[in-house]
Amino acid sequence: MLRTRPLVCLRPLFRTYATAANPHALVLLEHRDGAIDSASLSALSAAQKLGGEITGLIVGSSDEGLTALLHSSSPQYATPLPELVSPLLEKILSEGTPFTHVVSAHSSSAKSILPRVAARLDVPAVSDITSVEHDTSSNSTTFTRPIYAGNAIATVRAPSSVHLKFFTVRSTAFKAAPAGSSEVEAKAIDPVQVADPPTEHIKTELTKSDRPELGAASRVVSGGRALKNAETFNSTLEPLADILGAAIGASRAAVDAGYADNSLQVGQTGKVVAPELYMALGISGAIQHLAGMKDSKLIVAINKDPDAPIFQVADVGLVADLYEVVPELVKKLNSQ
Amino acid sequence: MSKTFNRLLRSTTTACKYEAYVCTVVEHLRPYKANPFDEIAVEEAVRLREKLKDEVKSIKVVTIGPTKAAETLRTALAMGADSGIHVEIPDSAPPPEPLGVAKTLRALIEKQKEGVDLVILGKQAIDDDAGQTGQMLAGLLNWPQATFASKVVVDTAKKEVTITREIDGGLQELRCRLPLIITTDLRLNEPRYASLPNIMKAKKKPIEKIKPSDLGIDLTPRIETIKVAEPPQRVGGGKVENVDELIAKLKEAGITPVKS
Repeated sequence: MLRTRPLVCLRPLFRTYATAANPHALVLLEHRDGAIDSASLSALSAAQKLGGEITGLIVGSSDEGLTALLHSSSPQYATPLPELVSPLLEKILSEGTPFTHVVSAHSSSAKSILPRVAARLDVPAVSDITSVEHDTSSNSTTFTRPIYAGNAIATVRAPSSVHLKFFTVRSTAFKAAPAGSSEVEAKAIDPVQVADPPTEHIKTELTKSDRPELGAASRVVSGGRALKNAETFNSTLEPLADILGAAIGASRAAVDAGYADNSLQVGQTGKVVAPELYMALGISGAIQHLAGMKDSKLIVAINKDPDAPIFQVADVGLVADLYEVVPELVKKLNSQ
Repeated sequence: MSKTFNRLLRSTTTACKYEAYVCTVVEHLRPYKANPFDEIAVEEAVRLREKLKDEVKSIKVVTIGPTKAAETLRTALAMGADSGIHVEIPDSAPPPEPLGVAKTLRALIEKQKEGVDLVILGKQAIDDDAGQTGQMLAGLLNWPQATFASKVVVDTAKKEVTITREIDGGLQELRCRLPLIITTDLRLNEPRYASLPNIMKAKKKPIEKIKPSDLGIDLTPRIETIKVAEPPQRVGGGKVENVDELIAKLKEAGITPVKS
């Protein structure tokens, strides 16, 4: 049962010259427990910047209650495995397709699916874009994307010779599309059954948490190696995250040492976050970590080492033992 | 990108004994040092052989790059791979894009007389941060894929691999048939350091040199890079002396506690 917020869609662009076709993007909308992921709503915002039509695609095992978009349901889509979803996308995007762009969030699931489909259609793909601009007259799309752990920003262009332009979107660079109210046509597509699939899904274990989702949280409290062990990590960070209504993140060092779950890693190869507030506790601030949080609005760092690189990006730095100041901070915030 | 081809061949003599071939491709980074995810891939291939002994027939490493990229292959050979393939491109050539790399690897895999059963790559190169090559190769070969692997268990009798993957929000377990493409995540293993004797031995291991044109591959990127610029620099806003000042700064920014 999928509740879709009505999605903004199909805003044709009237141009004075009607030579080149308007872009028409297919956006892969990911969902969990009946709600569309906020990262997919950011991908939708990015697709709106192309200035043409937009069609969403929802693939799942149950699609009652859909109010929009292309949807395809099959027991094979219960867990969207690339080997099983790819043939459906290939069918939608094959010869004579109206689509010019294929868009998704830069999520672990879409990162696995999109390049596979792109290769099968013999087109390159652009990952983790932070801006997009389409030029209808030349039918080329220009993107920016961070490379070298965010230490450089590449501007790249998919020319008209790339007939289908695949890209994944860094969700922190685009606001999630607001719930619109326009009616859109929903169209069911027959699933493409894969006979004798080579991959079988055994199980998915999601870390249970009442906290906001790390990628979409407006506040993040993050811990590093200085937290000693899993117990200390949780007992130190949780009260602060509770009082701030924040998600909990971790540096790679903390994850590797087993203090925090893998899915909490912030950085170049973990999650990229850009919350209103990012608090780095006992994190030195390696380049790879900064890559995942340096677009946060306010960065607060608490670290014993006054020379820790994190202080070079922190708006507010406190050189102190976090075991002394974090409890004090929690107490004082509580008494406000 | 590190790719390991590992082949399980039904031997001609007995119906239930397998021979395996593993091949790993290594992406070099400037300055020449293996991409960390590729070191993890090589390590996994070598561990696979340590576990499965003779069932892993060979471990091959591949890199696509200029002359100097051969050093990266030597590193992988010193870690325990058997032989290398160096697809040489001119120093002046632009770095190939993932689709070109994937096509090159497909061509190499199709050339392997003994065939290939398993290709292990890093989940991304830390220079272009694209994270596409493994998935593209799987698509081109129409093989199953297991991306972001943090645990790999190969069952040679069933020709199946059980994989634990790191996904958004947790872990996922898959069972994939061979032949298979795996991409490595950080938590898969801890790569070993090559010992001096192994570095010396690696000098004698064969590296086959080949040109993209020999494979009928054109590595010209299809996505144009217009420019590469420095990102806007953040300036640290100085330090506070105590928790009270910190709270004042938070308040200033409109950050107040959540009333529960």
